[in-house]
Amino acid sequence: MPDVPFRGGGYATRPRRWVGLVVMIALLGLWWLGSARGWISPIALPPPQDVLAAFRDLFVTGRIWDHLGASLYRLGMGWFFGSLAGITVGLAMGLSRSVRGGAGPLVAALFPVPKIALLPLFIVWFGVVGEGSKVATILFGAFFPTVINTLAGVDNVDRGLIRMGQSFGLSRWAIVRKIILPGAAPSILSGMRISSSICIVLLIAAEMIGAQNGVGAYILFAGANYALGQLIAGVMILSMLGLTVAWLIGLVEKRLLAWRG
Amino acid sequence: MRLGVENISHHYGETEVLRDVSLTVQPGRIICLIGPSGCGKSTLLRMIGGLERPDKGRVRMDGAASPDSLNPLTYIFQDFALLPWRTAAGNVSLVLEGHNLPRARREAIIADVLARTRLSDFADALPRQLSGGMRQRVAIARALAVSPEVLLMDEPLSALDAQTRELLMDDLVALWARQPFSAVYVTHNLAEAVRMGHAIVILSRRPGQVREIVEVDIPLEERAARIDELALLQRRLWEMMRDEAEAADREIANA
Repeated sequence: MPDVPFRGGGYATRPRRWVGLVVMIALLGLWWLGSARGWISPIALPPPQDVLAAFRDLFVTGRIWDHLGASLYRLGMGWFFGSLAGITVGLAMGLSRSVRGGAGPLVAALFPVPKIALLPLFIVWFGVVGEGSKVATILFGAFFPTVINTLAGVDNVDRGLIRMGQSFGLSRWAIVRKIILPGAAPSILSGMRISSSICIVLLIAAEMIGAQNGVGAYILFAGANYALGQLIAGVMILSMLGLTVAWLIGLVEKRLLAWRG
Repeated sequence: MRLGVENISHHYGETEVLRDVSLTVQPGRIICLIGPSGCGKSTLLRMIGGLERPDKGRVRMDGAASPDSLNPLTYIFQDFALLPWRTAAGNVSLVLEGHNLPRARREAIIADVLARTRLSDFADALPRQLSGGMRQRVAIARALAVSPEVLLMDEPLSALDAQTRELLMDDLVALWARQPFSAVYVTHNLAEAVRMGHAIVILSRRPGQVREIVEVDIPLEERAARIDELALLQRRLWEMMRDEAEAADREIANA
């Protein structure tokens, strides 16, 4: 009698980390080789050493800290206060019918507006110079997705847990703090993940429109001067910025949501 | 403390769910509420604990609650209602935190109730790391932590498999034998009712009315051994309920 043939397996994806690294290195090698041999026009893509030179220049002159500092300040302020306000309003809407009734239509009407369209208004309010207009744009960008995710998170908290809290005589504030907020945390954090990438888009757009420094301004000037090495360097800085922010959120999620296993 | 349910009637919109229900919970006795699906037994339990207000009638507490009791009327829920982000000890701690107890006192209570429910080794485990039976034991520990006068149990074993249910009934009987508590125990499982109840209240189908109150004289601790008598009693209860259950089933099918 023959053995039963094995028919399982084959679709389980096991990550092969080194493959990604090999592809990365191969692409860099191709880029370098193509530029050196003249296959790639320097107008389409500058040779890698130009990008390296741009980075060296940034660090030697210290301009990197100027640009990065300005961008991080705007992003940090706008995102932090936008998220804080978003969580507060979302929570209030989730807990009170009248707040929901009052703020709901306003949020629904403003949510689809691309917040960059409000930058000119903020420039009129806060002036071209100074951080007000840029921070306000980013703040608004963070606010709406956070409101919507917080509200959805509060709505999704198991009513049975709230009834349990009431049945043990917990105060309203204790129920909010110990049951509703932690229960809504997964949804709030995924809202903050979304809002962080929206904020980076807004940051660069705002800096391209009305700023003298910051990574967005750096990229815009590089493009205007046909300094493609600098331009690519700026894009790489953005990639690293995005990755760092995502990594930080991942870290917070890991700590706060460890209970989900 | 004695708990008196007096002439409770209730409607949900057009639907009459309870009609003139009265019963008494004497100290140290477990009252089982049984009845066909939809007879309003869980609604009645929510009213007894003050989570819902009846249209008519009232629930009276006779005699002062013991000053040690932090939450005289305390529920145990069918779905356990544990916070998934808190450990077993943390879930017990939740219901003590609002009472301004000194930290040492709080920790002593937590350790005591976890020991009584044989969970001391799992104090730091999260609910998802525990079996269904252990989760319900955490919920029982949490209920014991507030020294309740009356436990209100809403189908506490219905989410568990048959073997775990047996184990937990033994646990509950042992807890009661050590320190008798009063309880209202809602169930649709007759085997649980004859094991746990000093008195069994049979509700009719909707609108729920008290059809019969059956006193069970066998001491709780002896019941596991006197299985034949229980089987007879269970049979008698079923005969009383059968027509109601069948009619309720048809009503649900036609609804």
